[in-house]
Amino acid sequence: MATPADLLFSKEHEWVKLDGDSATIGVTDYAQNALGDIVYVELPRVGSAIKQFSNVGVIESVKAVSDLFTPMSGEVVEVNSALDNDPAAVNRDPYGAGWLLKIKPADPNEAKSLLSSADYAKLAEE
Amino acid sequence: MVPFADFEMPVQYSSILKEHDAVRHRAGLFDLSHMGQFLLTGEKVAAWADALTINAVGTMKPLQARYNLFCSETGGTYDDTIFYRLENRWLLVVNASNADRMWSHLNEHLPPDGVALENRHGRSALIAIQGPRSVAMLQPHADVDLAAMRYYFCAEGRVNGVPALIARTGYTGEDGFELFVEGAQAPALWNALLLDHQVDGLEPCGLGARDVLRLEAGMPLYGHELTETITPVQAGLTWALKLDKPEFLGKEALQRQLELDEYSRIAGLVMEGRAPAREGYNVWLGDSIVGTIRSGSIGPSVGNKNIATALVAPEAANVGTSLAVEIRGARHDAKVVPMPFYKRPK
Repeated sequence: MATPADLLFSKEHEWVKLDGDSATIGVTDYAQNALGDIVYVELPRVGSAIKQFSNVGVIESVKAVSDLFTPMSGEVVEVNSALDNDPAAVNRDPYGAGWLLKIKPADPNEAKSLLSSADYAKLAEE
Repeated sequence: MVPFADFEMPVQYSSILKEHDAVRHRAGLFDLSHMGQFLLTGEKVAAWADALTINAVGTMKPLQARYNLFCSETGGTYDDTIFYRLENRWLLVVNASNADRMWSHLNEHLPPDGVALENRHGRSALIAIQGPRSVAMLQPHADVDLAAMRYYFCAEGRVNGVPALIARTGYTGEDGFELFVEGAQAPALWNALLLDHQVDGLEPCGLGARDVLRLEAGMPLYGHELTETITPVQAGLTWALKLDKPEFLGKEALQRQLELDEYSRIAGLVMEGRAPAREGYNVWLGDSIVGTIRSGSIGPSVGNKNIATALVAPEAANVGTSLAVEIRGARHDAKVVPMPFYKRPK
């Protein structure tokens, strides 16, 4: 199970990559594996404001509908529209082509409430 | 693994889509030992079963298998089952979730003599091999001529050296066989088939793939398209309803329902967008809710479209009707299509 060291993680199995005043968000390798074959992703509208740890969309596998939570607050600046035609990218490459959305973080201090790669790896193994 | 009718069942071994693909193009192996198995013996079995079921039992030939349904007085479905007529006895396979209730139901209606029941649930195992390569993969392990066996027939023989009832039946829409063996002998059979054929693409398959395969093939799943309140008529199973039988439980109610033709019924839906329809979602015709989704999934063999069954009012069930499915508050277009969604290439 991959947990790249340059990312931060939430207990709900999302990752965030901070890059200046942009943050890219996705679900972890552990999450995609637990969900199984992903067939549909519903993401928030570009321009909408989302709040840390709130429900912002859904990820559907063949069998189940799962809520998507955001690890940080902010304004949605981009969503991965390639997932419309290829939702399985989340399974193949959860930290790369399978990214979900980009936000402009509202409060960089929220990063302190997230987990490091090592701490998340420990959580996911439990 | 998930608990299912007192058994621990895998939803998937590797990936539902990968397992589905194996069954459609090569073969898949299913452990269906959770299914209820009852042995029926005695000279009155056929007449007795004909009075409790909607399809014909007495007309079955030796070694024939037949789909059949048990209904209540009001026509609601107790279970959908398969009868296998063997040389000197009958095997009745019932759904795992209904096995206890069916056992009680059969015992409550037992005549004073001429019918004896034996509950094999949990003792006799069931392994299915399903897919276009089933004959080729199973034949080296079996001592009966599989290619010569007709669909919905069976034979008593040996598989992997142990006694087995081999039936050309299944629940996937593909060619295949179901193998009934003693529980103690099932693990060795399972392992032998995988050991020899996993290299040629045989995949162990879980409940998830089985559900997608049966939905594409238009086969009902008890609890979804059939329930105590959804009759076989509503589920579109009138082909199995033999009204020429003199008397059987539920006959009057089903006949009346069919004649009035006002019943809500199961329709096949294809979603026009990418959002999957799921069980329980509302179905709209214009500005009215006309029913609910009963089963829904992506259909890998239906052009990867999202397919569903819905129980809808009669005016919403005609092929070609444009409906909408309410998904998280938004209405998504859907169309009524003929079922099955998928037919295997001949």
